[in-house]
Amino acid sequence: MKIGVIAIQGAVSEHAEALRKALVERGEEAEVVEIKHKGIVPECSGIVIPGGESTTLCRLLAREGVAEEIKEAASRGVPILGTCAGLIVLAKEGDEQVEKTSQELLGIMDTKVNRNAFGRQRDSFEAELELEIFDLPYTGIFIRAPGITECGKGVRVLGELDGMVIAAEQGNVMALAFHPELTGDLRIHQYFLDKIFG
Amino acid sequence: MDFEKLRHGTELIKRGFAKMQKGGVIMDVTTPEQARIAEEAGAVAVMALHAVPADIRKAGGVARMADPEIIQQIIDTVTIPVMAKARIGHFVEAEILEALGADMVDESEVLTPADPYFHIDKTEFTVPFVCGARNLGEALRRINEGAAMIRTKGEAGTGDVSQAVKHMKQIQGEIRALAGKTKEELIKVAREIEAPIELVMETAEMQRLPVVNFAAGGVATPADAALMMRLGADGVFVGSGIFKAENPALMAKAVVEAVNNYNDPAKLVEISKGIGEGMKGISADTIPKGEGLQERGW
Repeated sequence: MKIGVIAIQGAVSEHAEALRKALVERGEEAEVVEIKHKGIVPECSGIVIPGGESTTLCRLLAREGVAEEIKEAASRGVPILGTCAGLIVLAKEGDEQVEKTSQELLGIMDTKVNRNAFGRQRDSFEAELELEIFDLPYTGIFIRAPGITECGKGVRVLGELDGMVIAAEQGNVMALAFHPELTGDLRIHQYFLDKIFG
Repeated sequence: MDFEKLRHGTELIKRGFAKMQKGGVIMDVTTPEQARIAEEAGAVAVMALHAVPADIRKAGGVARMADPEIIQQIIDTVTIPVMAKARIGHFVEAEILEALGADMVDESEVLTPADPYFHIDKTEFTVPFVCGARNLGEALRRINEGAAMIRTKGEAGTGDVSQAVKHMKQIQGEIRALAGKTKEELIKVAREIEAPIELVMETAEMQRLPVVNFAAGGVATPADAALMMRLGADGVFVGSGIFKAENPALMAKAVVEAVNNYNDPAKLVEISKGIGEGMKGISADTIPKGEGLQERGW
């Protein structure tokens, strides 16, 4: 079994590392692979779209032909986790910031996003979050973080901050505004692996 | 949610920002139009300057922080992060850049140093910093002062990649040499390279710098960018190389694609074709001793 991390740009190795640790923790085996080009996504049983710069990610995903493959995988119900920039990439609609750079969003989740909902880098922060899916708080690392401003009917809200949705899922697809790969707390990755291993 | 409880400017937040730049290209720009070209090409961030290093070198005189008006215009133009340069030791320029909303400050040897003895105490800032280094000692001293990202100094504004190669290999080689050393040997190394022992031990253990390490200073072509990635850079800064090239838009896009395909010579062939001439440049060897930008900082 393969689990792929989109490796165009951003916190790729951190996600791969977190997945490998989470796999060891639960005693399951899978190969974590980096996806830079076309042809690997169809072999994967789960896909992570990491944080990075969404403008850059969207451009290169389309240029490399990976965007279409991810859409196709989503339609087959393959679990997908998008963090930060990944949350934007998965969305159906963006704010004027996203529009002005004519990013090609994948439109896999029925969400509308605000690209830098929480401001510039000086406004970036850590906060303890109450998430629907966990009993104990989770430390959220928000870096020039986006937020979800509107959710369609099929979207389950998992967490909110300052009136903005910062964690949500729709079927097997999950989007987070923060960076679980930077904390060492593996609960998010375990939750994602639960979807893959059932 | 109580906003009082949000923690800003922590090490995790600052180093995390740098990690989001990994695998990307950061381009020097001097106008909003250039910033738009960089964003369109797929740059992960832009560095706002009043002149690219090649022009700074030519103009001579004292090089300072760019006009905040220009930086503001660039911030208003693009969605990607905007970085800007402050002089070495000039903490007020850095405060101005932070207040302006720059996403990262480059305490840069490309500008004329403002303090002959001390770099900025970067731990006092919410905004993350990137600093240049030629060797491991210099890199760890900057990290100890709070730098969230290191880049090779190279020799900015030359279009000659040799110095960036030299500095990257120097740092990587020194890190490799730490492997297998005992604690007392590491203490000796720390003393010799004038770096804190804790950071030396962390580097020895991780076998890489504790923060993201980019290449900079003389990268001028897609092949140069790919070379630096092959040597272990986490990403690439391109200064004069884009907007001193014959066709900046084509060069910018090609450099981004080269960084994404640095391991694939067949793709690099396609990427490098028909993009026009690179910047003219000057050989780093011809710069008289004492006049190299890399010699600034300590």
